[in-house]
Amino acid sequence: MESTKKQYWKGLEELSKDPEFVKHADKEFSEYLPTNSELEETEAGSTRRDFLKLMGFGMAAVTLASCEAPIRKAIPYVNKPVDVDPGVANYYATTYNQGGDYASIVVKTREGRPIKIEGNKLSKITQGGTNAQIEASVLSLYDKERLAQPLKGGEATDWETLDAEVAAKLTDIAAKGGHIRLVSNTIMSPTALKAIEEFKAKFGNVELVQYDTQSAYGLSKAHKDIYGVAGVPSYHFDKADVIVSFDADFLGSWISPIEYSKGYAKTRKLGPKKKTMSRHYHFESNLSLTGANADYRTPIKPSEQGSAVVALYNEVAAKTGGTSVSGGGDFANVKKAAADLVKAKGKSLVVSGSNDPAIQTLIASINMALANFEKTITLNDYSNARKGDDAQMSNFMADAKAGRLDAVVFLSCNPVYNHSKGAELAESLKKVALTVSTSDRNDETASLVNYVAPNNHFLESWSDSEPKNGTFSLGQPTISPIFKTRQEQESLLSWAGNTTSYFDYLKNNWKENFSEGKEGLAFQSFWDKCLQDGIYETSKENFEINYTMSDDNQAAATIANNYKGDGFELALYQKVAIGDGSQANNPWLQETPDPITKGTWDNYVTVSLSDAKALGITEYEGKSIKVELTVNGASHKLPVVIQPGQAKGTLGLALGYGRKNGGKVANNLGFDANPLVGTLNGGAYFSVTTGVNLVATDEAYQVARTQTHQTYMDRGNIIQEASLKEYQKDPMAGREVPMIATWQDQEHGKVKATTLSLWKGHEYPDHHWGLAIDLNSCTGCSACHVACVAENNIPVVGRQEVINRRDMHWMRIDRYYSSNEEELAKTDGLVDRLAALDIASENPEVTFQPMMCQHCNNAGCETVCPVAATTHSTSGLNQMVYNRCIGTRYCANNCAYKVRRFNWFKYHDNEQFDMNSSMNNDLGKMVLNPDVTVRSRGVMEKCSMCVQRIQSGKLEAKKEDRRTNDADITTACASACPSDAIVFGDMNDDNSQLSQLLRIKNEEGDYGIDKQVNEERAYAVLEETGSKPNVLYLTKIRNTDKKESHA
Amino acid sequence: MQVSSPIREPLIHGGKTLHDVSEDICRQVEAKPSTAWKIGFVISLAALSIGAISVWVLLWDGIGVWGLNKTVGWAWDITNFVWWVGIGHAGTLISAVLLLFRQKWRMSINRAAEAMTIFAVICALMFPAFHMGRLWLGFYWALPLPNTFGSLWVNFNSPLLWDVFAISTYFTVSLVFWYVGLIPDFATIRDRAKNKISKAVYGGLAMGWIGGAKDWSRYESVSLILAGLATPLVLSVHTIVSMDFATSIIPGWHTTIFPPYFVAGAIFSGFAMVLTLMLVTRKLFKLEDYITIGHIELMNIVIIVTGSIVGIAYITEFFIAWYSGVPGEQYAFINRATGPYWWAYATMMTANVISPQLFWVKKIRTSIVSTFIISIIVNIGMWFERFVIVVTSIHRDFLPSSWAMFYPTIHDVGVYLFSFGFFFTCYLLFSKYFPVINIAEIKGILKSDGEKK
Repeated sequence: MESTKKQYWKGLEELSKDPEFVKHADKEFSEYLPTNSELEETEAGSTRRDFLKLMGFGMAAVTLASCEAPIRKAIPYVNKPVDVDPGVANYYATTYNQGGDYASIVVKTREGRPIKIEGNKLSKITQGGTNAQIEASVLSLYDKERLAQPLKGGEATDWETLDAEVAAKLTDIAAKGGHIRLVSNTIMSPTALKAIEEFKAKFGNVELVQYDTQSAYGLSKAHKDIYGVAGVPSYHFDKADVIVSFDADFLGSWISPIEYSKGYAKTRKLGPKKKTMSRHYHFESNLSLTGANADYRTPIKPSEQGSAVVALYNEVAAKTGGTSVSGGGDFANVKKAAADLVKAKGKSLVVSGSNDPAIQTLIASINMALANFEKTITLNDYSNARKGDDAQMSNFMADAKAGRLDAVVFLSCNPVYNHSKGAELAESLKKVALTVSTSDRNDETASLVNYVAPNNHFLESWSDSEPKNGTFSLGQPTISPIFKTRQEQESLLSWAGNTTSYFDYLKNNWKENFSEGKEGLAFQSFWDKCLQDGIYETSKENFEINYTMSDDNQAAATIANNYKGDGFELALYQKVAIGDGSQANNPWLQETPDPITKGTWDNYVTVSLSDAKALGITEYEGKSIKVELTVNGASHKLPVVIQPGQAKGTLGLALGYGRKNGGKVANNLGFDANPLVGTLNGGAYFSVTTGVNLVATDEAYQVARTQTHQTYMDRGNIIQEASLKEYQKDPMAGREVPMIATWQDQEHGKVKATTLSLWKGHEYPDHHWGLAIDLNSCTGCSACHVACVAENNIPVVGRQEVINRRDMHWMRIDRYYSSNEEELAKTDGLVDRLAALDIASENPEVTFQPMMCQHCNNAGCETVCPVAATTHSTSGLNQMVYNRCIGTRYCANNCAYKVRRFNWFKYHDNEQFDMNSSMNNDLGKMVLNPDVTVRSRGVMEKCSMCVQRIQSGKLEAKKEDRRTNDADITTACASACPSDAIVFGDMNDDNSQLSQLLRIKNEEGDYGIDKQVNEERAYAVLEETGSKPNVLYLTKIRNTDKKESHA
Repeated sequence: MQVSSPIREPLIHGGKTLHDVSEDICRQVEAKPSTAWKIGFVISLAALSIGAISVWVLLWDGIGVWGLNKTVGWAWDITNFVWWVGIGHAGTLISAVLLLFRQKWRMSINRAAEAMTIFAVICALMFPAFHMGRLWLGFYWALPLPNTFGSLWVNFNSPLLWDVFAISTYFTVSLVFWYVGLIPDFATIRDRAKNKISKAVYGGLAMGWIGGAKDWSRYESVSLILAGLATPLVLSVHTIVSMDFATSIIPGWHTTIFPPYFVAGAIFSGFAMVLTLMLVTRKLFKLEDYITIGHIELMNIVIIVTGSIVGIAYITEFFIAWYSGVPGEQYAFINRATGPYWWAYATMMTANVISPQLFWVKKIRTSIVSTFIISIIVNIGMWFERFVIVVTSIHRDFLPSSWAMFYPTIHDVGVYLFSFGFFFTCYLLFSKYFPVINIAEIKGILKSDGEKK
């Protein structure tokens, strides 16, 4: 082929290979082509535009550089602990045991930080329940006001110095035969007692003095005297058909509320297969949590405690052929209670909260007459929950006052604050040569002693407990000590010269006592099993109990002699959340509304409606006055709450407030009522029956209450209730099913409001989460409430913001009183009637209604949000997208249930809210749940149905390639509930507990898939609005004879 | 030239010539500000500055500085919003609807009324902005803008979003309408201007208006088109604002009567505000010949009509609450009248229903003093109407456990003051620098013979 090497050239330059051309030959354009704009610029070099560009870039760069991005260092483990995976929670079984309050718990830790406490379901005592104080105790771990190191004379020191000096002084005192006292609240730990024995053995003249802030001395003394039992009896509320309680707040604060709630709730459950429930009579002065749950409640004065018990004694005696004792009186419901008790012989239970051995003697005799022992009351497995000996404590006080003591060691107790003679003790301590406290903070007692050897928090400690004879519980640390603190048992041992670590000491003790001869590996596996389970039950042999008859006449005579009332009578009580005030520095507890008054951050005098009227005390929208309370000559100006259910002529006042050295949150909140506690028949007496007076002052004051309207205004769409008899006849009793007239009336009649909708509904192809809340077993105890706060990083807003009605609680417990029937009867016309409905009854029926986001299928909030920040999930959850929210609050306004909470301020890292310690200091922040966002200012938040738990449960199931089941997921509230009133589950799963409870049938409805709930008691609050919530309530059924006034 | 029956009362008194009109109206613009104006301006600026402190605190600390709470999520913010929007109704109604109905008396008042509308709408817009928890995001997230957040879009079901559209449309149309009307007058001032700066500024504002036949023809067409566009807006804006409440489920909000009732209320309060301002302007700027007793009387008649509509709406709400048999609804209305906020309800009833009825008496509706007093009372009443609707409905709704009171704080007052400061500062600047009466149009309705009256 002929090569055709024709050359084409662009111009003569190429042909002639002009050097100028060759230079640029490789470029497309041989010359630089200026752009249009540059054509204008004749000058070479930098142009005006270049200048502007550079300026602009410079400005932008400088501006950007000034926006400093916060540096967060995530440092990986150099040596990763085997069982810690970032992002994966670990759970450890341990034991909560504080001053006799016991629960077996499981602690959730994340990256080594305990963040949440759950109940241990393996425990036969607490059965997986918790209470408000236990749930909140995890925050107390991160209290930066705990002591960070030992103190000597109020100054920081180190352990070596302290140990050397204390041991030397103790040895000196022991050598001189000096008197040494260990003062403590109830110690139910066998190993701790062993350590104390060792301490005693070393120093000779040592006595352990136990006292309880909520003493059951009378109860244990009576049972010791009569039956020779060294503890308080075990009560089995689950086996009782009739329960009579004299001032025993067994669901709230009396001895072992979780255990009792679990049992009690079993008797209150109703369903198609169980149409009976227990009947509960209650006699008390203040309206307690337990009284609020009673079917029949009789308000009595504290001075009538004895005669009411005598009255019941005589009634029961008359019916069972016993002999009556002198005394007694005429009290409403006593005859009826006696008749019911006798009918339910062997299946009844009479308890009293009194601390008077005489009353407890009669109570024991009543139970004996009713043949309740070995059935609803057992003594073999007596409880160690209250071992305090008031008589011994009084002797100690007297000894201290007389200067007879040489050394006193306070074991994590604070008698200067929480004992009635605290002020006297404070003086006496000056006369004691060596005073030591193991308190975790420089509290009222610790600030007066020579040495403070701060104890670990229980979550940093090894421990064991024997809550009931033969039932043991182990406690393991879930974090290494945050501060330079040491377990008090280890302190005692080291002063006694034993340098074993308490862990070894504990393990050895278990080896000796429980290993049943197992050695080596066998013991190790036994130990590991106990540690994993947290509990261990031995089969201790039952001991023989000598059921002798007590001297009831003597007891009755003592009662007749001791109880005298005159004028106003004051009844002191402990609140469910604050208790004796030992956790008063815990803001979660301070902001937990009292279940009854709904008051926070304060204690106050509760006054009955009629007394308030007589004294001219009024309350309007939460605003009231201060009153002047005079007790035995001393006057105190206190806030007041008008309390329906308060016995006429009585006043209530909570202990646990007025801390002076409790910490920044606790100090100077409320009034310290401990000095008002008296003594009666040897025991601490929590009432003042003479010398009490009350007058109104004109000083305005507002108690921070989260609820200021007390009745439900007879609105059947909120609370649906019936009596047991009605329920037995018709399971639909008390239900109010809204019916709506349509144009098809003629043919079909009215239709259910819920069948009509503008919306097409949602399809839930996979899961459909829901909650059922049994109003009948909800006791109002608020464990769920605090669990929710802990789980969901809910901020504390402080007293003033609660007054401003801005509490942030995602879950609240609405407490409603029945309206005053007499006032209603007097009314004429709708306007009058509505005004009268707002007035609570003098002795009301009480209903508790936990209220959280109802996760409506037709949610008011979802449609109104302009930016779609709240949406519906494919599994029925109403979701809140914090980072999309712009804060118009329209959703909250349009929420019929008012469960949405707005971040009015920035609650974290803000000095204004330093009481919100879980978000305002680095230590407190360790409690935050890393799976839940801390919300910023200006966004809306609300219950998410613990979506983080749902997600993690779904992941677990996915890993195992199966569908989720009940065991995978539960919400924080349902998990905490000691009465199993809250049930979470998947409504699409026929096997879930929820589906079974509600008897759900999935049906193809008019619009989408509809859930047919067949349980007659189940209802949705505000059903007629068509919001179709995924939270359903079960009607409240009261075991009363009287016809329910509410239709 | 106006063609009307000789027996008709002339709209402009004082036998003004065309030149007189230019003189009278331009005088304010060209002369030095009067002492009264200066005092007013200082007061307005002071209010604006004091209010700005509250706005700053609000934005810096959070919505918590207001008195709102978990139950009452809206109070003064939305009350003020609806109130200002209502006031902003008169301008469009006067300029658009009355233009279409050929009510020539509107010409003396429409300029100021439109200006008032624009400032009132800006004041109104402040509140939805300030009431947002996160304004820094909300101001653009509330708009359907394409974004980088995935396919994240606004919620078209939300009445708040409808508000965004309704009010921004209304604001835009009103602003354009107002500005178009101002162009020939700016040209007049430009032509009369004696110094360079005025000439340049007004020249710029006049956008090259030369007053040719083509200019006038386009001017007329644009006015007519804008009037046609604006007329439905008069109805739609407050209808949509009312839907913020009407589409909710809260008893007292969930009311189908709201759209017409809100529109009537808006015109009612808008006219009252126009009267308040016009009476002062008229006096200070000596415009008695342009804004005559006839104008005032006609506006008072509109107030009687709309006031009566509002009164009937109040009564209807009560009737429906009773007739529906819904307990929640009944309670909401009884609580409104007899509950803790009865005084707000009583104020509303007195000011809105009873006070305008006084205008049936000719002496009262033609008296400047009584008109001035009643116009202020009406606006106080209308503020309380919104307060009653917003607050008393939600403060006690379904669950008695959540019932609460609303107590305003200093910052609720402060932010409201800020809006007042802003409104009057703007209005005073307008009245000083812009012709307060439409010179060009008013010349068209002078009696041709310039007869003295």
